[in-house]
Amino acid sequence: MRVLNKKVLYGLYDDEEVLLKAIKEIKKEAEIWDVFTPFPVHGLEHAMDLKESRLHISGFLYGLLGAATAFGFMSWVFTRDWPIIFGGKPYFSAPSFIPITFEFTVLMAAVGMVVTFYLVCGLGPGVTNPYLHPRITDDKFCIAFDITKTSKEEVEHLRHLLQETGAPSNQIHSKNI
Amino acid sequence: MSGVVSHTRPPLVTGRKTYHQITEDICSPTEQVPSGSWVLCLLGALGLLGFGAVAVFLTIWVGIGTWNLNKTVGWGWDITNFVWWVGIGHAGTLISAILLLFRQKWRTGVNRAAEAMTIFAVMCAGLFPLLHMGRIWVAFFTLPYPNTRGPLWVNFNSPLLWDVFAISTYFTVSLLFWYTGLVPDFATIRDRAKGFRKKIYNFLSFGWTGAAKHWQRWESLSLILAGLATPLVLSVHTIVSFDFATSVIPGWHTTIFPPYFVAGAIFSGFAMVQTLMIITRKVLKLEDYITVEHIESMNKVIVLTGSIVGVAYLTELFIAWYSGYIYEQFAFYNRALGPYWWSYFAMMTCNVITPQFFWSRKMRRSIAVTFVLSIIVNIGMWFERFVIIVTSLHRDFLPSSWAYYSPTWVEVGDYLFTFGLFGTLYLIFIRVAPVVAIAEIKSILKTSGDQYVGPLADAHHPHGPEDGGEHSHKVEPTKEELVADERAESSSSSSSEDVLSNEDKTEE
Repeated sequence: MRVLNKKVLYGLYDDEEVLLKAIKEIKKEAEIWDVFTPFPVHGLEHAMDLKESRLHISGFLYGLLGAATAFGFMSWVFTRDWPIIFGGKPYFSAPSFIPITFEFTVLMAAVGMVVTFYLVCGLGPGVTNPYLHPRITDDKFCIAFDITKTSKEEVEHLRHLLQETGAPSNQIHSKNI
Repeated sequence: MSGVVSHTRPPLVTGRKTYHQITEDICSPTEQVPSGSWVLCLLGALGLLGFGAVAVFLTIWVGIGTWNLNKTVGWGWDITNFVWWVGIGHAGTLISAILLLFRQKWRTGVNRAAEAMTIFAVMCAGLFPLLHMGRIWVAFFTLPYPNTRGPLWVNFNSPLLWDVFAISTYFTVSLLFWYTGLVPDFATIRDRAKGFRKKIYNFLSFGWTGAAKHWQRWESLSLILAGLATPLVLSVHTIVSFDFATSVIPGWHTTIFPPYFVAGAIFSGFAMVQTLMIITRKVLKLEDYITVEHIESMNKVIVLTGSIVGVAYLTELFIAWYSGYIYEQFAFYNRALGPYWWSYFAMMTCNVITPQFFWSRKMRRSIAVTFVLSIIVNIGMWFERFVIIVTSLHRDFLPSSWAYYSPTWVEVGDYLFTFGLFGTLYLIFIRVAPVVAIAEIKSILKTSGDQYVGPLADAHHPHGPEDGGEHSHKVEPTKEELVADERAESSSSSSSEDVLSNEDKTEE
C-alpha cells in the first residue's frame, strides 16, 4: 500500500451537479487537493482548471515510431538483407508493405498509450492506492483538502465550506493516508 | 443537460435507478452464489470443450490427415470457422469504438459484454489457422524474428502474413480497450468486497481511485483508442478478405470482397451480440439496462448490413455474367446449382430473406423474433463462408481433379471445441466482471434514465435521483436554511444513508 503521509479532510456530495457548483464556490476561498468521482463527470476538468491531457501527443509519437519501424524494417529486409522476387514484383514493393505498416502503427500507438496512461497515473497491477471512502466508486462525489499543515481554525472553515456547498454534515470526515 | 425533459426520446435505463442502485444491480451477479442454470450452462460448455479437446488432440497428434481436405479442396471447415469467428469478433469493437465516436448512448448498455465476446471470438478464430498449419509447434515461424536460417524472413507481401499482424493487433488492442474500461468497475467491486475477494479485485483494479485527473486521462485514452480501433476493425476483415481476393481463383478474385466482408462481419457480429444479450439480460436480470431500445437499435444495424450483404451477393452474380469470363460464370452457376446448391440456398435464405423481417418495427422489438433471427443469421453467415471457400475450390480448372468435400467428425469436433471454449470463457466472464459498464451507465443516467426522458419522465425533475437533488435547487442557501435542511434530513435519512454513516464511524 502506497502511503502519502497526508491528513485529508473530505466531504462527500450526493450529486455531480452540486459537486460542480461546490468546486466553483470553494475554489474562491481554499485550495482543493483532489476530487474523486464514481464516473467521469462532464465539465469537471473545466471546473477544476485541469490542463488538457497530453496523452494524444504520446499516442501520435508512438504511432509514428510504429509506422517508421514497420515500413523501414520491411524495406531493409527486401532491398538489403535478403532480396527475393515475389510474383515478378520489384524488391521495394511499397504498396504491399502498407497493411502491415498500418497494423503495426495502430499496435504501437495503442500499447504505448495504455502503458503511458498507467505509468503517469501511478496505476498498475499490484498497486494499492490509499482511498478515502468506499462509496466514492459507487455513488458519492468527493472533494478533499490536504490539512497536514493546516491550523484548527482553518480546518473548521473548510468543514463549513463543504457543508455550505451541499455536503451533508454526516459525510464530512478526515483521514490519514 | 438534465434540466431538459424529453417525453419523446426513449429512455435507455429504466426502473428509475439511482447511482447506488446501478452499482447494486450490476455488481450483485458477481457477489452471489452461482445459480443452477449458470452451473448447468457451464457444465454444457465444459462438455463441449472436453469432447472438442479430443478432436483437437487428434488433429495435433495425428495431423490434418484426420480431416477430409484433399488436393482440390485445401480449405474446408477450418478456414470457414476461422472467418466466421473473426466476423463475429467485429461487433464488440464496432460497438465500443465506432459508436463512441458517433456518440451513440445506447452502446453503454452492451459494449462491455460485446467486447468480451470479441476477445473470446478472436481467440476461437485464431485456433483454426494454427491447427491448419499441421505442425502447431512451429507456429512462431510466422513471426519475423532473427533466426539461424539466414536469417530467412517471412514474406511481407503475403496476405496470409498480413492476417497474422491484423488478427494479433486486433486482439491486443481490443483487450487493452476492454480492460481499461474494466479498471474503474473492478474498483467498484473492490470497494464492496471483503477478504480474499477484495485482494483479487484490488489486484485487478490496478489501484484505481477515481481522481479527477485520472478520469480526464481515462476519457482521453478511451477516445483515442476508439479512434485507432475504428480503422483497425475495418482493416481486419478487409485483410481477411485479401486472403481470397488477391488469389486467382474464380469466385475469390473480386474487388467487392473487402466492403462485402466487413458488412458481413458486422452483420454476424451484431447477431451474436443479440443472441448473447437476450440470454444474459434474462439470466442476470439486467432488463433495465439492456432494454428493448437497445435490441431495436441493434436490429436496425442488422437489417442495414444484411441488406448490404444481399446487394453484394447480387452484384457478384451480375458481374460474373457481365464480365463475359466463362470461368467466373461457371463458378457462380456451380455455386447456385451445383452439388453444393443447398449451402447457397441456406446462405441466401438466412442472410438476405429472413433479416428483412426487421423492417417491421413490431418484429424489431420482439425479443422472441430477434432471438430466433439472430441465430438464423449466424447459421447463414457460416454458410456464406462455406460457399465462398468450398464451392469455389471443389471444381477447379481441371475437371479430372474435381472433388466433393465433407468434414470428418474430427473437423466437426474442432468446431465444437471453439463453442466450448467460447461458452466457458463467456460464462466465467459474466460471473467475475461487471457485464454492463457501470461508470458509463452512470454517466448517461441523467440524459437517458426513464425518470428524466421518455413517457414516464417527471415533469419537473431538474436534479439528480432522490438522494442529493435537494441541495441544489436553492441558488444561494443561507446558513440557517442549511442547518434546518440538515436536521430535516438526518431525521428522515434513508437506510442507505444510515449504512453510510455507520461505515464512517467504524472507519475512523
